[in-house]
Amino acid sequence: MPIDDTDRRILRHMLADPTLPNADLAQLAGVTAATCWRRIEKMRSDGVIEGVRAKINWRALGWEVEVSLRFVLDKTNPRAFDEFLEAARAVPEVIEIQTFLGQTDARLNVIARDMAHYQTIYRTQILTLPHIQETDALMLIGWVKDTSELPL
Amino acid sequence: MIALDDLDRAILRALAADASQNAGALGRRLNLSQPACWRRVKRLEDAGIIAGKRLDLDRAALGFGVSVFLGIKLATRGRVSLEDFERAARAIPEVQVIQHVLGQFDYRMRVTARDISDFERVLRRRVMTLPGVGHVEANVVLSEDRRLGPLG
Repeated sequence: MPIDDTDRRILRHMLADPTLPNADLAQLAGVTAATCWRRIEKMRSDGVIEGVRAKINWRALGWEVEVSLRFVLDKTNPRAFDEFLEAARAVPEVIEIQTFLGQTDARLNVIARDMAHYQTIYRTQILTLPHIQETDALMLIGWVKDTSELPL
Repeated sequence: MIALDDLDRAILRALAADASQNAGALGRRLNLSQPACWRRVKRLEDAGIIAGKRLDLDRAALGFGVSVFLGIKLATRGRVSLEDFERAARAIPEVQVIQHVLGQFDYRMRVTARDISDFERVLRRRVMTLPGVGHVEANVVLSEDRRLGPLG
């Protein structure tokens, strides 16, 4: 189960470019194609590699607005987290959900077609979520960095 | 912007879950021939709707047990160069995501660290020393859920 330096080298190159074919990956990592393939299969079956997923560009689909909404929940209710999360999962425009240890309890990443659409979603589907004590919004202006690379 | 039909949406849903499947396998699942499926995937890529691939790893298994979201407010607006801040922030290997935002903070960041003391090192030596940095708020991620959004 523990991974070694060869695995780390393979992962580093996979993270930098997940579309690399096995032969190229093997060459970059300095191993044979067979070893590279075996290592990747092992890391997949061990669950170290969870999967390769397509990144969807919502803007290209006409979803122009992206807002990061942060929430403080009413924690006097022991079901606050569960009920908030369950209701948030039912909102189709929510593309990410996180819970935190810190000043913020939860965060939702919400997309909308334009500002008018965002206002509708915010009023009818976000402010109606249960157990909200406080909320504030950060509107995305632009991406500066977006990578899954790790300092392996 | 191109119009999507149900088949396109089914392809996006399938690739967002697992982008390692080839056009043949994907086509069989959706009752499409391999060439027809390939053409549709190519069209979605050319339109920028599929914006590459992301490798998802079990970060904890690789020794990266902690993810932290930072909200950063710059100290002196107007006098700080956003370019200098962004260039220096982009170079931090522990930082995966940087977004320029509008609201209570100027930037959002996602930091991955080995543990809390490793995070403290990144925060003190790398983040707090960024040019123009003012107030920083940190929230440690407890749970995370990526959703299919309006495609689901």
